[in-house]
Amino acid sequence: MSFKLITIIVIVLGVLAVSQLVRLYELSSKLRNRREEDITNRDNKLNANLMLTFMILFYAGFIYLMTEYGWTGRGDAASIHGETTDWLLNLNFIIIIAVFFLTNTLLFGFAWKYVRKPGVKAYFYPHDNKLELIWTVVPAIVLAVIIILGLKTWNGITGESSKEAIRIELFSKQFDWTARYSGEDNVLGKYDYKLTTAENELALMTEATLDSAIRYMEFGKSDSTVLGIKLLENKLNNPKNMFIPEDREKMETDLDRKTRLLRLLYQMKARHNYKLDASAYDDILQKDTLHLLKGKEYEISFRAKDVIHSAYFPHFRAQINTVPGQVTRMKLTPSISTKEMREKKDNPKFNFVLMCNKICGSAHYKMKMIVVVDTPEQYAAWMKSKTTFKDDYLKPAAAVSDSTSVVPAADSTKLAVK
Amino acid sequence: MSAITHDTHGHHDAHDHHDHHEETFISKYIFSQDHKMIGKQFLITAVFMGLVAMLLSLLFRIQLAWPGESSDFLSLFLGETWAPGGILKENMYLGLVTIHGTIMVFFLLTGGLSGTFSNLLIPLQIGARDMASGFLNMVSYWLFAGSSVIMLVSLFIETGPAMAGWTIYPPLSALPQAIEGSGLGMTLWLLSMTLFIAGSLIGSLNYIVTVLNLRTTGMSMTRMPLTIWAFFVTAILGVLSFPVLLSAAVLLMMDRLAGTSFYLSDIIVGGEMLENHGGSPLLYQHLFWFLGHPEVYIVLLPALGLSSEVISTNARKPIFGYRAMIGSILAIGFLSFIVWGHHMFVTGMNPFLGSVFVFTTLLIAIPSAVKVFNYLTTLWRGSIVFTPAMLFAVGLVSTFITGGVTGIILADSALDIAVHDTYFVVAHFHIVMGMSAVFGMFAGVYHWFPKMYGRMMNTRLGYAHFWVTLVGAYGVFFPMHFVGLAGAPRRYYDYSVYNEFDTNTYEMMLDLNVIITVFAIIAALGQMIFLFNFFYSIFRGPVAVQNPWKSNTLEWTTPVEHVHGNWPGALPVVHRWPYDYSKPGAEEDYILQTVPLAEGEEEH
Repeated sequence: MSFKLITIIVIVLGVLAVSQLVRLYELSSKLRNRREEDITNRDNKLNANLMLTFMILFYAGFIYLMTEYGWTGRGDAASIHGETTDWLLNLNFIIIIAVFFLTNTLLFGFAWKYVRKPGVKAYFYPHDNKLELIWTVVPAIVLAVIIILGLKTWNGITGESSKEAIRIELFSKQFDWTARYSGEDNVLGKYDYKLTTAENELALMTEATLDSAIRYMEFGKSDSTVLGIKLLENKLNNPKNMFIPEDREKMETDLDRKTRLLRLLYQMKARHNYKLDASAYDDILQKDTLHLLKGKEYEISFRAKDVIHSAYFPHFRAQINTVPGQVTRMKLTPSISTKEMREKKDNPKFNFVLMCNKICGSAHYKMKMIVVVDTPEQYAAWMKSKTTFKDDYLKPAAAVSDSTSVVPAADSTKLAVK
Repeated sequence: MSAITHDTHGHHDAHDHHDHHEETFISKYIFSQDHKMIGKQFLITAVFMGLVAMLLSLLFRIQLAWPGESSDFLSLFLGETWAPGGILKENMYLGLVTIHGTIMVFFLLTGGLSGTFSNLLIPLQIGARDMASGFLNMVSYWLFAGSSVIMLVSLFIETGPAMAGWTIYPPLSALPQAIEGSGLGMTLWLLSMTLFIAGSLIGSLNYIVTVLNLRTTGMSMTRMPLTIWAFFVTAILGVLSFPVLLSAAVLLMMDRLAGTSFYLSDIIVGGEMLENHGGSPLLYQHLFWFLGHPEVYIVLLPALGLSSEVISTNARKPIFGYRAMIGSILAIGFLSFIVWGHHMFVTGMNPFLGSVFVFTTLLIAIPSAVKVFNYLTTLWRGSIVFTPAMLFAVGLVSTFITGGVTGIILADSALDIAVHDTYFVVAHFHIVMGMSAVFGMFAGVYHWFPKMYGRMMNTRLGYAHFWVTLVGAYGVFFPMHFVGLAGAPRRYYDYSVYNEFDTNTYEMMLDLNVIITVFAIIAALGQMIFLFNFFYSIFRGPVAVQNPWKSNTLEWTTPVEHVHGNWPGALPVVHRWPYDYSKPGAEEDYILQTVPLAEGEEEH
């Protein structure tokens, strides 16, 4: 409270003081018969000198920031295409910094030099076609070079990856990332968002997950936190139940929606080709840390569950948005291992990172995944420790959880026994 | 007097009818149909909105510089709800960022620049009695005022204002389950913007019609001051692009309220599986940026137009390459419609489409370069008078260069990948819009204040204001380039996440963020000088003379005391272009546009 009071008092006193000063200034101007629009030579000269001073301080500040912070923030580019990006970026920086210094110097220089001097009249110089042609054509040529080099690099970055590229998927949701490796067949299994359950967060499509999604839609969670269609119908149709109209409407909407989704699930099931299950079952899911292999090419596809996120790898100079209802992609070949980068940056705790770079909700700023670029031995050791989706999903522990426990489907138990 | 006002222009009959009545307070100051008063209304409203947005930016800058530390300043303005214990809430951080951006871009820079100066200057500089439709002009302002009120109200509701960033990308902005602010806050945002767009559209149509039809005798298109050219092209951009934003907003409204799926597909949010299928969030981005990019020029062109006039007047030299300047305004205006995709290089848009946008975007650099060089040549061998307006105009050219060159990096898709949505982008567009455009606005206010209020602003306070602002604002936005090059994403509540993988970079960001915030506070205090000067001079400033800056254009032939219809007698007749400064053979170093060509004198 005292803080507020002091703030208000300071503001009021400040305004009063300035207004008194201005009053004083105006009275003295009046006495000297000086008008606001008549800028004295002294004021004029002062501003001209300040222009030059500012320019020097501005440049000094720029050079200081460049030497102090320059490129060090991210370090060297740690991917193959990142190296070409950085080369091009440096070239562009040289061009624009040259232009920046040249034009700003002319501007502040002219502002300082051509300040009004008694007896000197301005030079009447309305246009000059030759000059104007020069500064249309020269920028056009420089830009042509920039455009050609830029598009060449861009096509290289966004082009198709080779057949051998390892396929992985990054799945984004508020507020974390999950990686899915395609397993031995190097094919990512199919998915559909309607198959999402607690046990199948990435909504992979197999016969078993289809069945459990259908059961989930029909029966909901066993602890009744999520009501299935059956329970909703029972509740709504039971004449003994009394609801306030809003609740009833909500439940009816929910029921309608679930009924329609269920119909779609049955259609999906009817069309499902169970031969494709294998490509999903050998996929490997990984949270928290993304392991990549140095020098290997990756074809990464991206999905979003809820809102748009952006997969930003600052050290690889790679970025793509993840969009609900759409798959986006990039190719990536890490060229520096985590160990090498730690040495380069002289920081034993350094790690590569994947950050969310599109506003996605309150904890947007925490949404990240550590990226480790391994040597082949490290990578193999890590891979060995991983289990496939089949192991995770069909292991007995999963069978007792909510959705699968209601009515165990014949074929899923069969698989589990295997 | 009214007999003289009865000139040959038929459309002024209604006007004269007005003159016979005593104006009431309401018809003069509130529901005024006089373009000068409406211009002032736009200015004051925009200045107020700008102040609010600046305050919001201070609030989140404090959080960025001293993350997680309790601040009395935060609790003073945000209270226990949004800053419990003086620590900003994550959601409110995003809300502040969103409303700061929205207000600055639309309410200050669009309403304040184009709204104020198109209204004030178009009739005065082309020699018209008023806008083509005074009534529509009044409606345009009141829609703007209404939308301002709704936007401000949205700050005070329980679930907080819109929080999806000023670009309000769906699905985040469509789903209240995804973030609180996408509930009522977002609805108010959309409502406010709808009114804003309607107002802006009516205003723009009015400007276009006025410029095309109401020019006085002798005022050919190639004798118009560059300000008018800029306002004219700006209005065309507004008419063609704002309706597209409205359509984007309407579709979003339908997705939110009517259950359609324009932007939504395959979404599970807050544990709820949505049925929406087949929509595309990219559609929204295309629609939004189809306005969004021309919007940059809707903001910038008026500033460039104003500064052309100010620089020429105060360098006492004709603007160099008048026709080239018109050409570049037209080129920028045209190109601005085919570059929107450069905001979407990493959205998953087809890379080939991306390369087309790289090409068109980089083309804009050419007319921009022409403008810069023409300004420089205008200063060369001038006889420069540093009025406060002139200082701001020179500042505008400097920031236009500094902000413009980084645009070349961002327009190059391959390079944009590395810095997209980082502080590098924030630095770029703040230097262009937050400095250049705002400097243009300040130049305009200082220069035309005598025309608005018939009094002079204090010059020395103007100097102080300029230097504090220039140093302060560069101090804020220049270091941001380096934060961005270090990879810092924008719209992050804090950078503590860096602690987990790169402590050195974290230290650096914290250092720079403190520097930036300190400069931001200095720059904000600097604006208090302006506010004081502005309001003090309205009431107590020394009375202005008719043509204080010894300028050529028509507005300086009107009397200091405002009259309905602008000129008490017949409308002025124009005989020459507006830039005859220091013309050899002339007695004075300026020749009003109304002075006939002397015998044997060539028109520029």
